[in-house]
Amino acid sequence: MSDLFIRNARPYGDDAVDLVVSGGVITEIGTGLTAPDGVETIDAEGRVLLPGLVDLHVHLREPGGEESETIATGSRAAALGGFTAVFAMPNTSPVADTDVVTSHVRRRGAEVGLVDVHPVGAVTVGLKGERLAELGTMASASGVRMFSDDGHCVNDPLVMRRALEYASALDVVIAQHAEDHRLTQGAQANEGVVASRLGLAGWPATAEETIVARDCALAREAGARLHVCHVSSARTVDVLRSAKAAGVKVSAEVTPHHLLLTDAALTSYDPVNKVNPPLRTAADTQAMRAALAEGVIDVVATDHAPHASQYKDTEWQVAKPGMLGLQTALSVVVHTMVEPGLLDWHGVARVMSERPAEIAGLPDQGRPIAVGEPANLTLVDGDEPWTVRGATLASLASNTPYEGMRLPAVVTATVLRGRVTARDGRIVEPVAT
Amino acid sequence: MKHLLTVTDLDAATATALLDTSDRLRQALLGREVRKLPTLRGRTVITMFYEDSTRTRVSFEIAGKWMSADTVNVSAKGSSVSKGESLRDTSLTLSAMGADCVIVRHPASGAAHRLAGWADKDQAATGTHTSIVNAGDGTHEHPTQALLDAATLRDRLGSVAGRRIGIVGDVLHSRVARSNVFLLATLGAEVVLIAPPTLLPVGAAQWPCRVSHDIDAELPGLDAIMMLRVQAERMTGGFFPSSREYAVSYGLSEARAAMLPEHGVVLHPGPMVRGMEIAPSVADSARAAILAQVRNGVHVRMAVLYHLLAGAPE
Repeated sequence: MSDLFIRNARPYGDDAVDLVVSGGVITEIGTGLTAPDGVETIDAEGRVLLPGLVDLHVHLREPGGEESETIATGSRAAALGGFTAVFAMPNTSPVADTDVVTSHVRRRGAEVGLVDVHPVGAVTVGLKGERLAELGTMASASGVRMFSDDGHCVNDPLVMRRALEYASALDVVIAQHAEDHRLTQGAQANEGVVASRLGLAGWPATAEETIVARDCALAREAGARLHVCHVSSARTVDVLRSAKAAGVKVSAEVTPHHLLLTDAALTSYDPVNKVNPPLRTAADTQAMRAALAEGVIDVVATDHAPHASQYKDTEWQVAKPGMLGLQTALSVVVHTMVEPGLLDWHGVARVMSERPAEIAGLPDQGRPIAVGEPANLTLVDGDEPWTVRGATLASLASNTPYEGMRLPAVVTATVLRGRVTARDGRIVEPVAT
Repeated sequence: MKHLLTVTDLDAATATALLDTSDRLRQALLGREVRKLPTLRGRTVITMFYEDSTRTRVSFEIAGKWMSADTVNVSAKGSSVSKGESLRDTSLTLSAMGADCVIVRHPASGAAHRLAGWADKDQAATGTHTSIVNAGDGTHEHPTQALLDAATLRDRLGSVAGRRIGIVGDVLHSRVARSNVFLLATLGAEVVLIAPPTLLPVGAAQWPCRVSHDIDAELPGLDAIMMLRVQAERMTGGFFPSSREYAVSYGLSEARAAMLPEHGVVLHPGPMVRGMEIAPSVADSARAAILAQVRNGVHVRMAVLYHLLAGAPE
C-alpha cells in the first residue's frame, strides 16, 4: 500500500524523470528506473508533475448545507481538481465555532480519505463579529491553524484587534473577508458603469481597500499574522504591497474567477455570476494577475462555493453568492497566468501548493518533489483543452460560471501520500482497511 | 420583437415604429363610441405585479382590454407567492396556463430578464411561447414609461431628436431615469441628469448623457424637464440632509418653471409628491404634460402588445 511508480513525469515542467514512492514517501528519483514488482504504475507520458495542490478557501457545506455539497462530494471535486489539502470554511450550520464542529469536519474528511480536509474555525461566535470563539481550544484540540468569519467581515475594529492579538500567541492566522458592511449595504454587484446600468446596488472596491488597510495596521501593532481572503480590487494590491514592504506579516489570496471573469458577464442577470466580493472590471483582473506574478498576492484559493439550483436559479438579488471552483482552478490559472507567460510551472507550484501550505502551517504539503518528501502529487496535461459542463462536475451543485467554456490543462492523476485518489478524471476510492 | 425587457432592445427604427403605432391606435379610437379593437381577440395577457402600482397596472389592463385580449391580473398578495412559491415556478405556471404575454413588475432588478430566460427555455422544451414585458424591475428599467414619455415629447415638441431633456432627482433609485436616458439618447435627444452626487449612481458619467448639479443653470436651455419622484421609502442612507433642503435645491418651484423657455414642457412619471419635488401650481400649469403622459401610456402599451403578439404592422 501507498507504493507507486511514476514513469516519465516532468517535475515543474522540467526534465522527465521516474519516481518511486514507498510508504507514502518519495524514495527514489532518476531516469531509466524500473518499476518495483507488483507496484501500481502511472505512465505520465511526459506530463507536468506538481506538488499536490492546497486550497486555503473552500465551502464544503457540511454540516447543514448538504443539499449543495457534502464533505464527500467536495472531496471528490478536490481530488479531481488536483488538490491534496483543502481548508473548509466555518460558515456551516451549526457554525464551526467550537471544537465539536471543527473536529467533526476533520474526522469526516479523514473518513472520506480523498483529500486532507482542514477545518477553518470561526473567529467569533456564530460569525456575528461580537465575541471571540474558543480559538485556543479549536487550535489545541482539533489542530485548527486558520480562523475566519468568511462570508462576513470582522467589522468591529476592536474585535479584530483582539482576535489578532489573541491569535499571535497561538501562532495561527486570521483570514479576513475584507468588506466594510456599512459601505456594502444591499450591494449586488461591483460599483461602476455595469451595475449602474443594470440597476444593481454597488459594492464599492473601497469597502475592501479600507478594511485591508485597517487590518494591516492592526496586524502590525499586534505582531500577528493576517491573511486577506479573495482580493478583488486593484487598489487593495497597492495597500498590500506597502504593508509587506513595511514588514507586516500579511498574506493574500485571489480566486480563479477574479483572475478571469469581469462584471461584463452580469448583463444576463444570471446569478451564476453572482459572487462576493463581486466580479470587477477588466483592469482589476489584470491587476490581480500582475500581483500574483509579482508575489504581492501570495496564493490562488478557489472560494469554492456550491449552491443548489433553488438558491441560484432565481432573481439576481435573492440568489446566494458563490461559484464552484475546485475542478476548474488549475485550468483557469494555466489560462490566465501560464499561457500569457506570467508564471511558469514552478510559479504555479508556488501559488497553488507551496505558499498556501506555508501560510496554513502544513508540514506535509507543498513540499519539494524530492527524495524523502511526502508523495502528495498532481499530474497535469498542460496542453489538453476541455469543455466545462457543470452537470458533469463532482460537486452536488452545478453552479460553475465557466459553463461551456473551453479551458486548457487537465489533471490526469492526484496522489495523496502515495495513494492515487483520482486518475484520468475518475475517483479512486480508498480501500477499506 | 419577442420580449420587451429593456429599452436597449429597441433601436431608433423600432422605437419610432412603436410610437407611430401608438399614434395610429389613438387615431383609430378617437371619437369611437365603443373603444374596442378586435386585434388581440383570443389572446391571454397576464399582469403579474409584485409591487404596488395603480397607473401602470391599470394602464396595461386597459390597453389589453381595448384590444380585446383576455386580461388577468395577478398580485403577489393573495397568490401562491405569499406561500413561498419561487418566481420561476410562478412564471412557468402562468405559461403553462397559456399566457401569451406576462407583464411583470418586480422589486428585483433583472426579474423580467430571468422570466424571459425561463420562458425561452420552456418554449424550447414545450413549444409554447410567452412574451415577457418589463413593467418595472427594481432600479433597472421601466421601458413603457420611457416610450410614453417619448410619445408625449413628440406630441408637444414635434420631435425628440435634437431636443435637450433634463431629468431631475433620484436617478440612483430610478428605473424611469435609466429607461429614459437610454431611449432618449437612441432617439437622438440630448439628456442632462440633474441631481446631487449622492443620488447619481457611480458610473452614470459613462451613460450617454451629461451630469449637472445646478438646476438653475440648466433650466433656460431645456426643451423639457422630467421631475422624478423622490422615493422616500428608499431613503435609508441619508442621501440628502432634509426634504426642505432638497425642495430648495432641486424642487421645481414656480420661479424655476418660469426659467424654462416658453415651449418648455414639464413631465412627471407620477405619483407626485407635491411641494417636495414639484410645486402644485407647476404640476397643474399648461406646461405640465402629466395627464397627457397617462393618456399616452395606454396607447403606447397597446402598441407594445400589438407588436409583441400580432407582429409589427406594415
